[in-house]
Amino acid sequence: MPVIWLTLIVLAISVVGFVLGRRRALSSAGGDSRNLHSLPIYYGSNALMKSVVPAFGLMVLWLLAQPLFIDNRIAQMIPEAEIAEGSNIGLVMAEVRRTADGLENAVAAGLLDNDAARNGQSDVAELTQVLRDAGQVVTGQITQPVLEAAQAYRAMSGTSNLLMTIAVLIVALAGAAWGASEGQKTFRARNTVEQGVLALLIAAASVAILTTVGIVLSLIFNTVEFFRLYPASEFFFLLEWAPSFSGRGGASSLGIIPLLWGTLYISFVALLVAVPIGLFAAIYLSEYAGPRMRSIAKPLLEVLAGIPTIVYGLFALLTIGPILLSVFGNDGLGWMQGQRAVLTAGLAMGIMLIPFVSSLSDDIINAVPQAMRDGSYGLGATKSETIKQVVLPAALPGIVGAVLLAASRAIGETMIVVLGAGAAARLSLNPFEAMTTVTAKIVSQLTGDSDFASPEALVAFALGMTLFIMTLGLNVLALYIVRKYREQYE
Amino acid sequence: MTDAAMTPENARAPKSLKQEDARTKKRNASERRFRAYGIAAICTGLFFLLALLSAILSAGLPAFRQAVVEVPFTLTQEQYDEAEEAMLKTAIYTGYFITSLSDTMEAEGVEIEFDNKAVERLLGKVGGDLRAYYRDNEDEIGEQIGFELAASSRVDRYLKGTFTREDLQGGNRFFMPEDFDLIDAMQEAGLVKQVFNWNFITGVDTGVDNPGGAGIGASVLGSFFMMLVVLVLSLPIGVAASIYLEEFAPKNRFTDFIEVNIANLAAVPSIVFGILGLAVFIQFAHLPQSAPLVGGLVLTLMTLPTIIISTRASLKAVPPSIRDAALGVGASKMQAVFHHVLPLAAPGILTGTIIGLAQALGETAPLLLIGMVGFVARYPDTFVEGFLEPNSAVPAQIYNWAARSDAVFTEKAWGGIIVLLLFLVTMNTIAVILRRRFERRW
Repeated sequence: MPVIWLTLIVLAISVVGFVLGRRRALSSAGGDSRNLHSLPIYYGSNALMKSVVPAFGLMVLWLLAQPLFIDNRIAQMIPEAEIAEGSNIGLVMAEVRRTADGLENAVAAGLLDNDAARNGQSDVAELTQVLRDAGQVVTGQITQPVLEAAQAYRAMSGTSNLLMTIAVLIVALAGAAWGASEGQKTFRARNTVEQGVLALLIAAASVAILTTVGIVLSLIFNTVEFFRLYPASEFFFLLEWAPSFSGRGGASSLGIIPLLWGTLYISFVALLVAVPIGLFAAIYLSEYAGPRMRSIAKPLLEVLAGIPTIVYGLFALLTIGPILLSVFGNDGLGWMQGQRAVLTAGLAMGIMLIPFVSSLSDDIINAVPQAMRDGSYGLGATKSETIKQVVLPAALPGIVGAVLLAASRAIGETMIVVLGAGAAARLSLNPFEAMTTVTAKIVSQLTGDSDFASPEALVAFALGMTLFIMTLGLNVLALYIVRKYREQYE
Repeated sequence: MTDAAMTPENARAPKSLKQEDARTKKRNASERRFRAYGIAAICTGLFFLLALLSAILSAGLPAFRQAVVEVPFTLTQEQYDEAEEAMLKTAIYTGYFITSLSDTMEAEGVEIEFDNKAVERLLGKVGGDLRAYYRDNEDEIGEQIGFELAASSRVDRYLKGTFTREDLQGGNRFFMPEDFDLIDAMQEAGLVKQVFNWNFITGVDTGVDNPGGAGIGASVLGSFFMMLVVLVLSLPIGVAASIYLEEFAPKNRFTDFIEVNIANLAAVPSIVFGILGLAVFIQFAHLPQSAPLVGGLVLTLMTLPTIIISTRASLKAVPPSIRDAALGVGASKMQAVFHHVLPLAAPGILTGTIIGLAQALGETAPLLLIGMVGFVARYPDTFVEGFLEPNSAVPAQIYNWAARSDAVFTEKAWGGIIVLLLFLVTMNTIAVILRRRFERRW
């Protein structure tokens, strides 16, 4: 049964439970709700909660555990010899899953009857053709063991789905019945329901933890897998990035240093653009500008922050790149070879970061107490002297924090560098050359090819791990500095 | 010391305060300079904004226009019967069309020789279109009809000035040098018109052989389904999490840990969420690749911190007296929050949610990792398929077009950006209006 139907049925059961629970409670109180412990709606909600929450919980757990369990069982069925040279169990399992899906689709489309799909002796070539006709992507020829495994896979998924449906329905019915039977006038329905709601609220708050755990686990597992296939020392210290494109086999050089260099260089250029402009804009807006100018210029600058990064990427590639090329290219100074360069991406990223730096610095400068400025004016300092010698030193930790946050943004930025920075990894000081970054390589190593077993794909997880640690470190440092600064005035 | 400072040599010459001495001049000049830096910085920022917007508009607006050739055409019953009996039916229709076209042009005083190949290159398979039209509308045989035929993308670009005679080297099956003369002739005869390109709004992506026909419609729908997933998941989860943290959470290690997590997740680069989606939803849970459901799940996780932060701010803005009053008349803590605090915080929560959704709508990087850049040329058939079938999203589609080399696709990418920005502007405007209208100062 499709999950969506099961969901609807469970919901229907719980609504019935709601009505029953409410009615029983009311009738136990002789139809007068004043005799009940709680409002009638709580008796209904009690039954509803007790049927919906466990049933959906079980369903989600089952759906998560089912592929794990089945994969394990099927993987044992595949003989060692079936795994071709240079391949691995993951690839064969993907093939098995595809074939099983294909069988399912073919049966659904009426091209294959159920018995033929289950028949272990059926002709492999013929079946492959049927699957192709059903519009299933089948790579090459399905072998006999793969077919058997796929048939077993399909049978097990079918059984598992049936079991799940039955189990979920039983849990939903039992929960509804339990909740409805509790509908007595002395039952403290409100307290029970409120405790349940509180538990749900805590569960929702824990999603943030689960996400972090998910990120960390998915990065760690695949990174460890990568280091099993590729020496860690080469990853960290090799000065060359040259993945082999065949996907498997072939010697790849996967050194992170050229990528890190590109990342840091582009981020540096971006900060070189964003920090002076953003900082001076913030100083002017908070210290000089009148309320009218402030109310116009500040939102306009912040529009820059609301523009999606893909727009900046396109702007870098198709506007900044050609302009730079016409000045520094072969028609001009002859320093630049292509539109994609460190400067192209850095400029676009700098523009993106201006509002980020300016609004953070603006807040920080505004937080400097007015008394400090007044003291400085009282001593005869001009406005700019006050800013340079009193306000900025007082705001410095906060501004450093803001710049660090901007740097973390720049390091993690993807679309601008994918479109504007180029694809070749280089260790060079020339800002007119194309370079590539950690994020751009994560995208290029993980798109297109769905084979996650080769070091060329897995390296993306190691790169992601590096990126995660770098940005996390910068953020923690920035927050630490900002927090420490705040304590001085509050 | 003091005595020394008072000696006449060291004392400043007494003069009017209005007269600046050298040092004051220097200080005032530096003051003016500093001020000018500030103005320059703001002007640079605004200049960048202007440059960005004008680049988008100038490069993107042509994607919404489309050149059509309008030819008055009459098909008689005899012609129809004759064509339907022939072997190569569409070729006959093309022949009729060419006669009609050259007659029209002659009537306008323009003479030019051309063959059916040229017509096919410029206007596509005209014969087939005509035949299909007359087979559906047999009652219009014998009447004069003005056919509007969409010109090919190269014609379009030639008329817009982005493709010139110099750009064409030798010619190919898509375009020959003499086609320029035919276009000029048709233009001279007043047959070429510019109309709004509806196909760009409603169409689907196309292959590289038909760049002119590519539209953004299917990916808008993909984005819509993703936003639906994000809204349905992130709003309840985000609000529930905020209510817990703001109203119920005791101050202990567990809640501190949650707070730290939320703060960090808000700063994690979006590409890392893409890796999470790839590893957990696709590798581990075997959800379908490129499906809006997976995209929506990833964007939900990304949007949650934004929604939680803004929801907590609006819950905090509800004064404690409201809670106290509710508790005072016998409401439980839960009832006070859900019946009184939450409704008062609702406008703020809604505003934050819309802004979070707008952010999610423009996000591209995680979508690339879960495979939403594939070439997809169809609308989903049913509502459920809309979530599970591979589809693209507006920003992913823009990236896809930008990565192709054909200049027509570049124009489409800019056009796509205009569509995307229109959505974002609308959402943000709604958020601002909501805030203005319902914001309450206590």
